[in-house]
Amino acid sequence: MLELTDICKAFDKNTINEKVALDHVSLSLESGDFVTLVGSNGAGKSTLLNAVAGMFLLDYGRIMLDGSDITHLSEHQRAAYIGRVFQDPLTGTAPQMTVEENLVMAWKRGQRRRLRKAICLQERSFFREQLATLGLGLEERLTTKVGLLSGGQRQALTLLMATLRKPQLLLLDEHIASLDPHTADLVMDLTCRIVKEQQLTAVMVTHNLEQALAAGTRTVMMHEGRVVLDIRGAERKCMNVLDLMQLFEENSGTTLNSDRVLLAQ
Amino acid sequence: MLYALAGTLEQGLLFALMVLGVYLTFRVLDYADLTVDGSFTTGGAIAASIIFAGGSPWLATAAAVVGGLFAGMFTGLLHTVFKITPLLSGILTMTALYSVNLRILGRANVPLLRADTVITKFNSWLPLDSIYGATLLGLLIVVLVVAGLYLFLKTEVGLALQATGDNEQMIRAQGVNTNHMKLLGLAISNGLVAFSGALVAQNQQFADAGMGIGMIVAGLASVIIGEAIFGRRTILQQIIAVVCGSVIYRAVLALVLRLGLAPTDFKLLTALIVVAALASPQVRNWLGKGRTAERSGLDA
Ligand SMILES: Nc1ncnc2c1ncn2[C@@H]1O[C@H](COP(=O)(O)OP(=O)(O)O)[C@@H](O)[C@H]1O
Ligand SMILES: [Mg+2]
Repeated sequence: MLELTDICKAFDKNTINEKVALDHVSLSLESGDFVTLVGSNGAGKSTLLNAVAGMFLLDYGRIMLDGSDITHLSEHQRAAYIGRVFQDPLTGTAPQMTVEENLVMAWKRGQRRRLRKAICLQERSFFREQLATLGLGLEERLTTKVGLLSGGQRQALTLLMATLRKPQLLLLDEHIASLDPHTADLVMDLTCRIVKEQQLTAVMVTHNLEQALAAGTRTVMMHEGRVVLDIRGAERKCMNVLDLMQLFEENSGTTLNSDRVLLAQ
Repeated sequence: MLYALAGTLEQGLLFALMVLGVYLTFRVLDYADLTVDGSFTTGGAIAASIIFAGGSPWLATAAAVVGGLFAGMFTGLLHTVFKITPLLSGILTMTALYSVNLRILGRANVPLLRADTVITKFNSWLPLDSIYGATLLGLLIVVLVVAGLYLFLKTEVGLALQATGDNEQMIRAQGVNTNHMKLLGLAISNGLVAFSGALVAQNQQFADAGMGIGMIVAGLASVIIGEAIFGRRTILQQIIAVVCGSVIYRAVLALVLRLGLAPTDFKLLTALIVVAALASPQVRNWLGKGRTAERSGLDA
């Protein structure tokens, strides 16, 4: 499904600030895998997702998606196959445009955009139906500018936009981290439901270890640009947060340096 | 007095196309494009020299628009291919166009006295007094362009263009090549600006190399005035506000002229209007109030 082979990425190359963010990472996802990706701050989790999404080109390595080599495709070309939700709720939507306009732009992801009226009655009722599934009352606010919505509403909308047209791969980068606890739970539930219903292949970055084990089908841990842990199936089922931390220490030689990781309950 | 008012309306409408171009880049695309001073002259120069050489004024006007499209695309290529900042890319094109425009004109000034222009052609179809020909033609064209621009911005491509100015990261994640959108927006914008230049040259019956100087600031002033007075809630409201802004801006200039200032003081005055608009907290409040009103209106 997704096949990362030996990918490397350094920032500020050949300067004193050179920072190796991805250090020969190889990872292979099966179709239907829902990976929760954890690791200390600066481990390279976001960089890994951004590399897959094509926000920059790799220094080394190869990325295959569904059998085709996407290593050299640009970000907008890969968008045809990849749905994304970002950490910042402001990133995924256009604030000056309405809810329905945002949705129709997402509905056209990977399609040819034409000189045709974008929103007709048919789209509108489809969007209303889809928004109703979020349970946030957004179906009544199709013509509201997105900038007027709350962070949680925007994030739920971004999630819907990313999955409106089924993506081959869904990338979620700490997409609930900046929401208040109640809204975070709501968006998390939505995420699990959508991934299950559409049988998506997904990677979700989280700093909450409990959540990393509770959600998804597989947990990958990164440290200093490398994958240090990859667990799934029965092994993962009978694991708790403490086991996970212990395993991390054994495999990485350090303790988890992120206080957020421990305290996030 | 009536005559002065009609003159203001005429000027406001002919320049409105330029203002719509400025609105498209500055507001919709969020791209501070300074090509305008050059492409306005390019439009005037192309139209005037074709007409001067005996060509059809309609064809001349169409050619002017095409010239503007290319000027905008050139700025866009400087930005998207060579990664030159928006501001500098526009300045470079504007500077280069100064020489190009002189080449097109072939001299400092091309007169169109007694030549057939789109305005004299239009007049000959009218049963009315020919004084209002330019105003009516301007109105007709502006209505068509406003409708066209509005409908375009609501198409699938149009939405992608708006989103490129609103949140580039978002629309790229939805699979849009934002470079293409910027090229498209800059081309349309400068096409409109050149269209305006072509009409103005035909109306004033000459084109010269300096006719575009200060155009960008005049355009900005019109956009700001229009938005401050008529609001900016929806795209349609914005487009119409901007056209009205163009007329009001010309009215302000006419008024000041009546008060005894020389036409050569216009540019200083225009710059002052923009500075006042940008600096005055009252105007900022005004603009801000538009936004809060919209918020409460929509949230209710
Ligand atoms: N655009 C960038 N420029 C320079 N350094 C970067 C950039 N993005 C990330 N980094 C560095 O790469 C490392 C990995 O960052 P990141 O992938 O964001 O970590 P995280 O696992 O917390 O998401 C960090 O040391 C970070 O400082
Ligand atoms: Mg991160």
